[in-house]
This record gives sequence, structure tokens and C-alpha cells, in this order.
Amino acid sequence: MQRRRFSTGRSLIAVAAAVGFVASACGGESGPPTVTWYVNPDAGGQEQLAAQCTEAAEGEYQITTALLPRDAPGQREQLARRLAAQDPDIDLMSLDPAFIAEFADAGWLTEVPDDIAADVTDGAVQAAVDVSTWNDALVAVPFWANTQLLWYRKSVAQEAGLDLENEPVTWQQLIEAAQSQETLISLHGIREEAYAVWINALVESAGGQIVENPDAPANEIQLTVDSDAGRQAAEIIQLIAREGVGGPGLSNQDEEGAMHQFNGEESAFMLNWPFVWAAINGAVEEGNLTEEFLDDIGWAPYPAVAEGEDARPPYGGISLAVSAFSDVPEAALDAAACIVTPENQAAYFAAEGNPASHPDAYENPDVQDAFPMADVILQSLEQAGLRPHTPYYNEVSEGLQATWHPPADVDPERTPADATTLITEVLRGERLL
Amino acid sequence: MSATKVEEPTRTTAPEQRSERARAERRLGWWLAGPAFVVLLAVTAYPILLAVYESLFKYRLTDPDAREFVGLRNYAIILTDPVWWRAIGVTLLVVVVTVAIELVLGFALAMVMHRALRVLRPAIRTAILIPYAIITVVSAFAWLYAFQLDSGFVNSWFSWVPGITPETDWFGSFGPAITVIMLSEIWKTTPFISLLLLAGLSQVPDDLHEAATVDGATWWQRLYKVTIPNMKAAVMVALLFRALDAFRIFDNVFIMTSGAHGTEVVSFLAYRQTISRLEIGLGSAVSVLVFLSVIVISLTIIRLFNVDLARARGEV
Repeated sequence: MQRRRFSTGRSLIAVAAAVGFVASACGGESGPPTVTWYVNPDAGGQEQLAAQCTEAAEGEYQITTALLPRDAPGQREQLARRLAAQDPDIDLMSLDPAFIAEFADAGWLTEVPDDIAADVTDGAVQAAVDVSTWNDALVAVPFWANTQLLWYRKSVAQEAGLDLENEPVTWQQLIEAAQSQETLISLHGIREEAYAVWINALVESAGGQIVENPDAPANEIQLTVDSDAGRQAAEIIQLIAREGVGGPGLSNQDEEGAMHQFNGEESAFMLNWPFVWAAINGAVEEGNLTEEFLDDIGWAPYPAVAEGEDARPPYGGISLAVSAFSDVPEAALDAAACIVTPENQAAYFAAEGNPASHPDAYENPDVQDAFPMADVILQSLEQAGLRPHTPYYNEVSEGLQATWHPPADVDPERTPADATTLITEVLRGERLL
Repeated sequence: MSATKVEEPTRTTAPEQRSERARAERRLGWWLAGPAFVVLLAVTAYPILLAVYESLFKYRLTDPDAREFVGLRNYAIILTDPVWWRAIGVTLLVVVVTVAIELVLGFALAMVMHRALRVLRPAIRTAILIPYAIITVVSAFAWLYAFQLDSGFVNSWFSWVPGITPETDWFGSFGPAITVIMLSEIWKTTPFISLLLLAGLSQVPDDLHEAATVDGATWWQRLYKVTIPNMKAAVMVALLFRALDAFRIFDNVFIMTSGAHGTEVVSFLAYRQTISRLEIGLGSAVSVLVFLSVIVISLTIIRLFNVDLARARGEV
């Protein structure tokens, strides 16, 4: 509530400035400039970092947070509408990597100056830097970086003869193991971004990519999903749906649904982000799950498509971007640089379960203690396959969802070709989506 | 519009003095309704006209500089796209099925309320109105959770029904998903129709019933020959309101399926083009087409029933 009152106050100041009552907009002479940071909902970790950096700034600036909608598309929609209207109320934003290119291409993000850029990218995971870059310029500061692991019940994997701790597994082996043990693999087949993330990871792991030239204009974008890699990805999804190892609710299952399924009796394997580890630990503390279940959980890198080849796990996370319409861009950039120090990333990782984008954070004892799989996460981040880094990612993703959903209808001969036709026509402005 | 129509017989038959009085009343009416009319124009006509204007452009919110006048091209794209026609088909299916069932159920509930003992009437009305008082998004979530595979209770409660097993995924294919969406719609808005029909029922004079009874009419005959013809206007209002409401269905689809499994409806299509894809031009064109469809539906229903609402109110 306090945040809202504050935002309204700032808006009023901005309006006053626009009509000429005040010579300069916010900041004012009465106190340090205020950086309003639009954050994705978490358990309070970003607010905590805002307070810490305000203190560390020693009066140079102060950071207040404002809350964005819960899901990434909702965050995108709100930010896009406000930035299109050049809303000066937004200074700093927590951005999902999927729409950094779109916002940067629209001219809504402030370029990060070289000195800060060098500082915040030094040693950071390459994928985090790549998604924060547009047209060879850093337009966002890597904050946390997400990836998916294979979570499994050790007892079931052992029964199935899988040595997941030491040997990489392929999708084929995983499906066979699930079949032999009459158990499920918890996946994300819902017609949402989560499904596009899975499709992209499969295509990338098969050595392909969905878009060949992601930085091209809309009408020149070349889709390359109708390829051997695309067909291999489709074969895996088709097999999972046809054999029923994804469970009866696969076509409506998101990340949380997958976790609930895994927590139940019927599933022994799950592909999911590391938030599940924090959530399952919390459920054990509350007495909703048993210690035995927790002790039986193992983790391994994302499954490969072909034996002997590395998988390219999904990449997610959050980067911090400064609005091009901010009245205090310098203060916002300084604030971003403070927020993303490896120490702060480690604290945020340990508290929220959101992995850091800087490898140094993984050496933190608190992180090692809370996330015994930290090394596997870091290794996965280094191998991660990015989603197409294009300003038209929303069209690509929705086009994939429209043609590949439901998983049971995926046909390797037809689906990748349909996706190519639909997305290409949509990008050329010839079709609805 | 209907007021003018009503005046005609009055003007030809009434004396000069009454006609002046009618004119004065009409002027007063305009003065009283005028401010509201102006506000309504500002909040509805302006956005509608703006949408019509925007629909003539190729305009993406992320790239305002590339905005380009394309005439009716957006309409051509939409009207030649199977996605639009499928959405229209699904929307019309929802309208026809839900409104038909709601009319029958609503009429039954209205009869119950009409015939109930005076002491019970307020309690019955309140009970019937509860679903209508619930916010649509909340009711959509309630129905979603009830039928969902992991948290729902429907599969275990109704496992004795052939075809329903613990693994029935209601939102896993078109048929069951649209059925749940329509059930939720019907549960939520039948009370509204029943209230409108109750108003109609109470307007049917008791002496007509008595006369029919004296003539030996059975209960069914009285219903078909006396009650329903005398509440034609109320039925039309109920039908019109609900048909337009059902045509604009959004919340239930948004919450339960997000348009997956072919359950996309026209409002959701407009939302996705405008808000999600940020294609203001194309999205506006979809919205304009939805608006035109709504006008066509209202005109059709009004024509079909051939009822003058003002006349039905007894203003003649």
C-alpha cells in the first residue's frame, strides 16, 4: 500500500512538471533521487536488496519497489503499455529475458554505459550476458539466471537401472525408465510459455534452432524449426504423449502442476526450475511432505536428445533494465550495479531459490548449504540454449504454442512445418495468431 | 427511437392539449437524460470511433514510427482467416446453448419465485441470486478448481457416471472444456434471466388466467396461450441481454483454458491481438468486427420478436 501511495505521489509530480509548474521533474532538492524499481513478485528478496542498496548509496539515491503482475506475460503487458506511453514513473525494471530484445528494439531501454557494463558482465554466465544484449550493446544488467534440471526419485531411478548421478541421460532412456517403472515424467505441456520453453530446449538439444536470424526485421525472419532437429523434438513430445508417460493432464500442466504431480505418488521424474527445491523443502518443514521423500530426491542435468551429445537446457531468469523515460537514469544504473553484485546475488539465491548469474555466487557457503545442486545448476547455465532473441519472440512463442498444442496432436512430419508456415505468415502481417 | 414510435397513435387520437403536454414531457425527458447521454457518448462513442480509426492502420505498439495506413486490409486479413471463423463458431455455440438452457431454467426459477409463499419469497430470491452476485473471475476459478485434474473433486464425486474416471482431463480437449465453460456461464447468469422473467410474469394480469381457467384451459394451455404471449417483451429483454452478454464471453475462457483446445472466443481473440501481440491495428479491427456482430445480433433479436419495449411498459 505504501508503495502505491508513493507512486501516485510521483505521478503527480511528473504531471506537474509536464504542465510547467516545476522546472525539473522528480528528485527535487529536498532529498536524494528516488529510483522506482518494478519487480516481479518474490518472497521479499528484491525489496530487501533495495533497502540494502539504498543504505549502501549513502544518500546518493534511494530505491523503492513497485510490484508487477505474477506471470511473465502479465509483466510484459503492463510494462509495454506504460513504456509505450513514456511513463516516467518506471526507472528500473526486473525483465524476463524473453522480452528484452522487444523492449530494446522499441527504444524503451537505456543502454548500459561501458564502465558499468564491463563491471556487471565481468565473469557473468555468457547466456545471461547474451540475453541482456541487443544490437551489440548491453541494454540490461544480468541479475539472476534460471535453468531446468532433471529431478528424480533415487529409488525409482535405481530400480530402472539409471545412474543419473554419474551418467547423462537421454529422453529416450528416461521415457523407457518411466515406462518400466510405471511412473510419470512431470513436464510442462500447457499452452503457455512453459511449453514453448520445453520445445525450444528440445530443438536446441537436437542441435537446431527455431529462428535462424533473430535480429532481422519481422518480414525477414527465417524459421528453421522445420528441420531434423525440429522433427526430433516433435518425436520426443509425440512419444511422451502417446505412451502416456507425461500423465493424463499433460496438456494443462505448468511448472507448479508438474511439481505437485512429482510430490505425489504417481511421478518419479520431473523437469523443472530450481524453485522446486526451495518449495519442497518448505513443504517438508511444514509437515506436508516427509523427510524420506526429500532424501530420495536426486538431481541431474537436463536430458540429451542423442546419446553422447550435451543437452542445451532452458534458460530463464531476470535482468535489470533502466527505462529510457526515467528521470534518474544514472541513479537507476548505479542502483542496478549495486543490486547485482555477486554477494547480493548469492544472498538472493540462498533466500529465494533463484540462481545467480555470476559464478562467484555459487561458492558462497549459504548457497552451497541451501542448494546442494548449485554446481549442476551452474553447469546447466553454461550449456543453456537461449530462446530466439528476437523482438518478435511473443509471436514465435505463441505460434509454437498454437501449432504444437496439445502434445498428443504433435506429428513430426506436420507440426514443425505448420509452425513455420503460421509464424512466418503472422510475422509478415498476413494472418491472425 | 422507440419513444417516437409510441407517440404516433397518441398524436392522432389525443386532443391538442394532451399533445402539448406530451411534447413538454418529452422535452423534460431529454433535459433529464441529456447529461447522461453526453457522458455515455464520451466514454463509449470516443473509444469506438478511435478503434475504427486505428483499425485502418498497420500499427504495432513497439514500433509507432512504422505506423502505416492500410485501409481495409486488416479486415480482409481477419475475414479470410480460419482463426476468426473458428472463434465466431465457438462463440455462437456458447451463445445458443447457454441462452437456450438459461431461458428454460430461468423461466422455471421465475415461476418458483412467482408462486412461492410471500414469506419464503425473499429467501428464495436471495438464494437464487447468489451465483449472479459472484464476480465472474472468482466463479471461473471455482469451476476450474472443481474440474481440474489435480485439485478437482468432480472426478471422484462422479466416478460412478460412465465416462468419468479419476483421469478424466476436463480441460484436455474441446468438448469437455467448452462444456465446463458453458456450465459455469449457465450457473452464473441464469439468476439474471430469472429475475427479468419474474418481472414479466408479474405483469401478466391474473384475470386473464382466471378467464382461461373458467374456459377450461389446462395448466399447459394457460402457460402457452396466456402467460408466455403476455410476457413477450420480458422474454425479449432477457434474450437480448443474455445473448449479447454471452457473445462477449471472456473471463471463463481466459481463466479455464486461455483459448487452448480450440476454445478461443472472439473477445479473447481481440484481447490477444491487441494486448498480448501489441498489434493495435489488427486488434482494433477484430474489436470493431465484434462490435458489428453485437449490433447484428441485437437487431436480429428485436426484429424477430417485433416487440416495442415502451409499448410493453404500458406507455401507450
